[in-house]
Amino acid sequence: MKNLKYLLLRRVTQITILFLYFGANAYGWNMLSGTFGSSVLMGIIPLADPYTTLQVLATGFVLGADVLLGAGIIILFYMVIGGRAFCSWVCPINMVTDLANWLRRKLNLDKEEVNYRFLKRNTRYWIMVLGLIVSAVLSIAAFEVLSPITIMQRGIIFGFGMGFAVVLAIFLFDLFGVKNGWCGHLCPLGATYSIIGKTSIIRVEHDHEACTACMKCKVVCPENQVLHMVNKESIMITDGECTNCGRCIDVCDDDALTFNIRNYLKK
Amino acid sequence: MANSNNRRKFMTTTLQSVGLTALGGMLWSGYTHEVKASPLVLRPPGAIKEEDFLTACIKCGLCAEACQNRDTNIDKETGEAREGTLKMAKGGDHTLIGTPYFIPTEVPCYMCEEIPCVPVCPSGALDIASVSNEKEELDINMSRMGLAIVHKESCIAFWGIQCDACYRACPLLDVAITLEYQKNERTGKHAFLLPVVQDSACTGCGLCEMACVTEKPAIFVLPNEISKGRAGSHYVKGWDEKDQERVKDAKKIKTVNERSEKEASDYLNSGDLY
Repeated sequence: MKNLKYLLLRRVTQITILFLYFGANAYGWNMLSGTFGSSVLMGIIPLADPYTTLQVLATGFVLGADVLLGAGIIILFYMVIGGRAFCSWVCPINMVTDLANWLRRKLNLDKEEVNYRFLKRNTRYWIMVLGLIVSAVLSIAAFEVLSPITIMQRGIIFGFGMGFAVVLAIFLFDLFGVKNGWCGHLCPLGATYSIIGKTSIIRVEHDHEACTACMKCKVVCPENQVLHMVNKESIMITDGECTNCGRCIDVCDDDALTFNIRNYLKK
Repeated sequence: MANSNNRRKFMTTTLQSVGLTALGGMLWSGYTHEVKASPLVLRPPGAIKEEDFLTACIKCGLCAEACQNRDTNIDKETGEAREGTLKMAKGGDHTLIGTPYFIPTEVPCYMCEEIPCVPVCPSGALDIASVSNEKEELDINMSRMGLAIVHKESCIAFWGIQCDACYRACPLLDVAITLEYQKNERTGKHAFLLPVVQDSACTGCGLCEMACVTEKPAIFVLPNEISKGRAGSHYVKGWDEKDQERVKDAKKIKTVNERSEKEASDYLNSGDLY
């Protein structure tokens, strides 16, 4: 059980959040209503997706104050506390890509991996910027017309329609195409949160003394470039691309990885 | 030598990245441009102009949730919410994904007095001012979701059969749809009771379309952009004082061309009429 702690915690968090959103429509609850684009927490606190907000602003439309305030709250939360936690603790697509990734390992597909020269991990930042440019040119939030994240979330709340095909496409891409293809290479929202979450105080810390270099953490990590210090030095993982999923902590048999609070005051 | 190789590699990778970004941008733009073209869609009350609506709507679904869970939509027997008017466009709906819309023949807009869907909009896609009167009270009768159109050939009232289903169903009874009486020349002793939609009052709620008895409704709501014509600003109603105001500062322009060399009377008296 020990090595499933954070995985289970994450699934419980993700499903609870989705269930609250679902209940807001189906049963009229007002704990968490709307969708990621813009939500209302406890019937009063506005929340909004920072990347969606940026796209709409890029079109030149003057957004309502609720959305701007909501985006501010979300940015502040992940910047100060959560890091890129949205991706692994909230986003429903994470469950799809985690399943694809788990199957990849079970089916030994990773060993056959082709070298996708043009698909690098920084592609997502290009897509993020491109999304803003396309939004500005066409006067419409460009990522929102195809975002599998909100398509899946709205699917759960309001019904999928043909939207399930998009989710299936992401699953197949991650399973048979590129390893961590969507979340780790393409998703512009993940890119946005990587930038926002870089300064957060919740971080995974590596203890070089305890590490036995089994490399289990690097196998499960969806962004394993952030674990460059493993078996080298005892420092915190400060890369913004770390999603704080805690899977490395789960699989580590030597307690060499733990969640810790970054202390900016201590030099 | 190594340095020049590095530079060449750097140049190639940069060029590759820029090229692929341009490719992606074109595909993305093309797709987006296609999917935003869905003009036959009825939007919630207070929706701003379709083109701007597509820009402004943040696809949060708060309007649809408010519509479904409004007090008047809760089934008194089961205590559960019935299907609301507003749907959130799904893949395959041929409407921009994630935007709210409604189909009158499934669930029309019941024109709630408190308009639950509009004030919850966080982005400004639903404009509260457009459905508020001078006293800043919400007034659903001010909404213009679309305009009902009557297809005379399939409307049985135009055949002489007595039917006033749409007239009775209209929430603005005898205001948005009025009945015009005409003599039925075919029988010589009956009257036609013809439904006429009043553009100045119709909100486009779709209750008439829902009520219509014909197999495919003979009265139906279309978005204003589609259902309304436009005469153009160069037409001025000379008999309308207010309209006449538009041209009160107009300057008299005399057009001079080949024909103006002769007077009209010269032309008429020349004998060369053709």
